[in-house]
Amino acid sequence: MDLSAINPVLLIASLMVAATPLLLAAIGELVVERAGVLNLGVEGMMIVGAISGFAIAVETGSPWLGFLGAAVGGALLSLLFVILTQVALANQVASGLSLTLFGLGLSSLMGQRYVGVKPPQMPDIHIPGLSDLPVLGPILFSHDLMLYLGVGIIAAVWAVLKYTRAGLILRAVGENHDAAHALGYKVVRIRIAAILFGGACAGLGGAYISLIRVPQWTEGMTAGVGWIALALVVFASWKPWRVLLGAYLFGGVTVVQLNLQAAGVAIPVEYLAMSPYLVTILVLVILSADKSSAPASLGRIFHASH
Amino acid sequence: MSQTLLNLNGLTKAYPGVVANDDISFRIGVGEVHALLGENGAGKSTLVKMIYGLVKPDSGTMELRGAPYAPGEPRAARADGIAMVFQHFSLFDALNVAENIALGMENPPPMRDLAARIREVSETYGLPLDPFRTVGDLSAGERQRVEIIRCLLQDPKLLIMDEPTSVLTPQEVDILFETLRKLRDEGTAILYISHKLEEIRTLCDTATILRLGKVVGTCTPRETTARDMAEMMVGSTLQTPERAGRALGEVALDISGLSAPAPSAFGTALKNVHLAVQQGEIVGIGGVAGNGQEELLAVLSGEVLTEAGAVKLMGQPIGRLGPTARRALGLLTAPEERLGHAAAPDMSLTENALLTGAVREKLAHNGFLRWGATREFAERIIAEFDVRTPGPETAARALSGGNLQKFVIGREVLQTPQVLVVNQPTWGVDAAAAAAIRQALLDLAAGGTAVVCISQDLDELMEIADRFAALNEGRLSTPRPTAGLTVEEIGLMMGGAHGMEVAHV
Amino acid sequence: MIRLEKRPQPSQAWSMATPLVAVLATMLFGGLLFGLLGTNPFLAIETIFWEPLFGEFAFYYRPQLLVKGAPLVLIAIGLSLGFRAGIWNIGAEGQYIIGSLTGAGVGLAFYPLEAWYIFPLMVIAGAFGGWAWATIPAILKVRFGTNEILVSLMLVYVAEQFLASMSLGLLKNPEGFGFPGSRNLQQYASAHNAEIVTGTGMHWGVVAALIAVIFAYVLLNRHMLGFQIRLTGAAPRAARFSGVRPARLILMCLGISGALAGLAGLFEVAGPAGQVSIDFNVGYGFTAIIVAFLGRLHPVGILLAGALMALTYIGGEIAQGQLGLPAAAIQVFQGMLLFFLLALDLLTNYRVAWRKPEVA
Repeated sequence: MDLSAINPVLLIASLMVAATPLLLAAIGELVVERAGVLNLGVEGMMIVGAISGFAIAVETGSPWLGFLGAAVGGALLSLLFVILTQVALANQVASGLSLTLFGLGLSSLMGQRYVGVKPPQMPDIHIPGLSDLPVLGPILFSHDLMLYLGVGIIAAVWAVLKYTRAGLILRAVGENHDAAHALGYKVVRIRIAAILFGGACAGLGGAYISLIRVPQWTEGMTAGVGWIALALVVFASWKPWRVLLGAYLFGGVTVVQLNLQAAGVAIPVEYLAMSPYLVTILVLVILSADKSSAPASLGRIFHASH
Repeated sequence: MSQTLLNLNGLTKAYPGVVANDDISFRIGVGEVHALLGENGAGKSTLVKMIYGLVKPDSGTMELRGAPYAPGEPRAARADGIAMVFQHFSLFDALNVAENIALGMENPPPMRDLAARIREVSETYGLPLDPFRTVGDLSAGERQRVEIIRCLLQDPKLLIMDEPTSVLTPQEVDILFETLRKLRDEGTAILYISHKLEEIRTLCDTATILRLGKVVGTCTPRETTARDMAEMMVGSTLQTPERAGRALGEVALDISGLSAPAPSAFGTALKNVHLAVQQGEIVGIGGVAGNGQEELLAVLSGEVLTEAGAVKLMGQPIGRLGPTARRALGLLTAPEERLGHAAAPDMSLTENALLTGAVREKLAHNGFLRWGATREFAERIIAEFDVRTPGPETAARALSGGNLQKFVIGREVLQTPQVLVVNQPTWGVDAAAAAAIRQALLDLAAGGTAVVCISQDLDELMEIADRFAALNEGRLSTPRPTAGLTVEEIGLMMGGAHGMEVAHV
Repeated sequence: MIRLEKRPQPSQAWSMATPLVAVLATMLFGGLLFGLLGTNPFLAIETIFWEPLFGEFAFYYRPQLLVKGAPLVLIAIGLSLGFRAGIWNIGAEGQYIIGSLTGAGVGLAFYPLEAWYIFPLMVIAGAFGGWAWATIPAILKVRFGTNEILVSLMLVYVAEQFLASMSLGLLKNPEGFGFPGSRNLQQYASAHNAEIVTGTGMHWGVVAALIAVIFAYVLLNRHMLGFQIRLTGAAPRAARFSGVRPARLILMCLGISGALAGLAGLFEVAGPAGQVSIDFNVGYGFTAIIVAFLGRLHPVGILLAGALMALTYIGGEIAQGQLGLPAAAIQVFQGMLLFFLLALDLLTNYRVAWRKPEVA
């Protein structure tokens, strides 16, 4: 075992990469939950995003079009959730589960031709001067653009929720859908928009795994990241910046355990691989005492009676 | 007569199985306080929803200042100068006052300007309010002020108020009326919905009375007696419950030094509550909604546990016992919320009879259910309490509010409790059913049961209770005999004006 | 304009009909999907639904129906109790794995002793393993209010790693030439969950599944605990008012469903699968969620739904072999079934009314 082989600068840089899929999926789900909807289909939307993005990137040769396709794919799958929960008024927990089960099947069906294929590369940016700085350069200025976009989405969601009327209306709908309806807001339309946004973000997160982090396509490659994203929203108390913090924390755990595996620590590989899931449980336990910041209408079915 | 502001012509709206509004016509003048009077289910809510653009009429027209008026949505109604304060406030607990108000406006100014405007309006109309407080932390009276200010900022021509005083102490009602009169003097018309006759006589210029979806009369409240208006509203002569003289027995329920923390972020903590109720006695507990009524019921039903000695039944400490054990001993309760708390909406009446009847009616044997006996029990409740339903297999949610309430109260009364605690026994119930429920409580007490009736309807409490106490911010006042109690005294027991004053302008 | 009106009470007729309509809709859209994949849709549907039951090799496939259906029914019965009470155990796959490990572990510990009590001990150990694994989210929920959905699911991933570690380490066959996986229990008579009647597919797991169906039926319809489960799902606040202790119910529901999933794992590992291996689990724990919903959380419904789902598994395998239909297509097919079921469930509680747009 050789811990000195672990380079802290590379570790931080790679934890940011590991955190990005989680961060994208979680910020999307955060918006969905702030609108009062619980979509447990994040895992399904991510994996569909992962294969849609992968397939389109391979076919077109453009990773950018791939990401666009991933967002569309995730949103399309979330449209099924919209039909179930907003039109057919089905139970949100069951609908979310069905989305995940369906998404996992659909993705492996779509992905059959892409096993073992190499996707086009997304180059890391290089800003002369900044990227060459010691320590800060590799950590802050040498990533792919999607990583920055992810942080950008968090900032945008934060600003929209806090400062804009649209954000205020979204929060109002999540807080008390009956009151929002009485004031004349289109509860269902607003929720549909939020769910589609959540689907698109989850799709981007999935594609980040298949196009950048791994990069290749294997069945079930999201391996529970979507579920961890759901836990992350609880961890973040439904606050955007805390999603960023939480994602980097989880990314850190993942990267550290991978590094320990590589360094040949005396703990069996399987037990190291368990750690992200165990950490998630631990975090949930610590934070679940405080539910006060959860949107009050979360998971409740809305049906305008008149 | 003043100039006409809003004219309604033959408004009709039908829902499957019921005509909510049938050919309704009347007019509201500029600067007029117009009362809309009627029982629950008379069609008041549907009518105002049509005026506010939430519901579209099947037929009939409206004219606003002589021009056709047909709002497609509340936004359009607001744009035409119509504002509404809802009975169940359309507020968002987790948001602050200014955000709540912004949500009710078309083009709200930036937050800082809005906060200044809120302060300005609240001072002008004597409704003090801090724009940056979280709404969930406000009292019921303050929450109503948020709604009113939200309306006033739109500079409305017509202000619709749906049962505004049900959440206020008598002192707070006076303050509200001051505000409304000031508005009227400035030329704002007010459509005031209520079934409280004395209020209407104090405040309103004209009254339109609805019954079963139809206009059954118009009057000038100041010149009409409360009794006459009541009979127009109900359509028959009202029966006052009979109150036989009762002999009081031992103390059946003894609450002493009872404290309980708030169950949720926006709940109320109970603080050092003392109350002793004797056999054969009815104690009425009043107070503005949200001052600990639900919490008091929960600690008595056993849903929330307390120190063993804080609640005693026939001298036996029961504070640590759960609902089933308490029922076995004879302490029965009926919570306020019928659907989802006192009864399971999607379950049949038979299953709902089992919900609280299992122990005392012996509906289970070694854990195995006796469905036959359970159905019989349900049928007995239906028969004895005149519950209108096709039968015991009907789902609870299919019953009207009044019928379900009769079922819920009947279920407890028929189990011959030692102590019965009810919360809002006649809330949202039509007059005939309410009278039947009150009579059942009186009969139960006459048979030696100790009854605690928590209610926000002061008239009801004065009618049936021997002693009266009020809950205010989780504290219970010392009970006093109802005979000879004045409205002012009751108001002070309820907490006066909850620390607010009319701004002296 | 189409409007939804809430029915005064749930429609019994639609409640029975929706699963059937959902199956038909799935056949239709599944057929379309198969057509898009270049397979003759009619042939595919026939292969999946007809071939295993009445085809040329039905004598081979019919017993398989019991073999595949038993674990699905066993797990789904357990899940349905919790789902009815609004307690969402979606980690049955993990409880299934742990049950197989503890059960097989006990059996292997006795190797090569032959004794009548070994198999019963394995059954107890399997149930215990699943129960213990499910009790983790239960205790966390009761004690800290932690979301049981996320915890039980996270524990699936943990259990999978655990399974890998066991089949590579502690339970690895010492005579297995270094290959991962345990000894084959089929070759260890005292630990083998053999067919009770040869050639029928009827093993102890099938018996357990049938007992579970009867047990659940009696519990839900005739017993106070069953009433409390239904009441908690229908109206949690009314349940507390009625005297239900939520903590006890959570521990019971998760515990029972875990024990049943553990049993399913044990019967599988000691019977059809034979050995603990890295990828011994095939997702029964997740498919059972579909089975539970498809059976409308009703014991008899679950029995039928389990049989149907087993049919799609076997038919899917045949279609894979004969028509080259990808395995994933069957997974999509099963997912679709759940979709249609949830969507059509609307008709149980709402009436769809066609009305002219309202005139303002």
